[in-house]
Amino acid sequence: MKTESQPFVILLAEDEPADAHLVRVAFSASRLLVDLHHVVDGREALEFLRRQGARFADALRPNLILLDLNMPRLDGRECLTAIKQDEALRDIPVVILTTSEVERDVVASYNLGAAGYVTKPMDIQQFITIIHQLGDYWINLVRLPQPT
Amino acid sequence: MKAPRIPRVLLVEDEPGDTRLMQLAMKNSGFQLELHCVGDGHEAIEYLTRLGQMSQNTAHPDLILLDLKMPGQSGLETLRAIKQMDNLRVIPVVVVTTSGLEADVVAAYRLGAAGYVAKPADLNEFMEAMRLLGTYWFRLVRLPDRTE
Repeated sequence: MKTESQPFVILLAEDEPADAHLVRVAFSASRLLVDLHHVVDGREALEFLRRQGARFADALRPNLILLDLNMPRLDGRECLTAIKQDEALRDIPVVILTTSEVERDVVASYNLGAAGYVTKPMDIQQFITIIHQLGDYWINLVRLPQPT
Repeated sequence: MKAPRIPRVLLVEDEPGDTRLMQLAMKNSGFQLELHCVGDGHEAIEYLTRLGQMSQNTAHPDLILLDLKMPGQSGLETLRAIKQMDNLRVIPVVVVTTSGLEADVVAAYRLGAAGYVAKPADLNEFMEAMRLLGTYWFRLVRLPDRTE
């Protein structure tokens, strides 16, 4: 039932350029057919999802959102809250991808509706492994709402 | 740091055959689990709330695997009930079902499911599906600590 030929659209909200680069490299290495879009904070993420402004007028609806927690302007917690309160967006799964190891952040994320909490590894090999595992679950295993 | 612990999983499934198959699949993939099985949604809520009342610290499951087609309270109603309870909402719920209806997929994510797995009929495919599911939830993501 999955549409294998269409690229899997991921929105990555990440303020750290080096980390965003690592995610991109890891997805390339995984050979998963992924269309990765990157925004730098929570406010941009919401603009992208709501297709606000000229820049995001043609933005695709992502199949999955990877969300950093600590970002300027609008952080991951606030962004996650807004997504899950938005009738048009709440069925998009959001996975937290962060350096925070704080238990309070883990609990808060799941309470707000996160569909996973992944702590960023330090080295590129581990990064590739986690991206593989993420892809195995969200792209190869689970069924997601079809794009309308 | 992830504390090493045996994940506790609540399986809500009315087919005893499927329950046994799940146990086998998890064991085959090398996941050590404490698997608790209940036969329908009412039992699931009973199990979850009794645990909550008896002691704050003896632990809820780390993960709930939920069938949709069950007698009595449906899987979707059970999911809604879990996500409406303040002390249960934090537990990720993955739908594992034979239903391939798009309406069920969308409804499950809207209600807060952290994944929707269509049960493969083929045994090997089922084993592989459970391996990917286990890898994501028991190896990759960080789950809330059971005792805080």
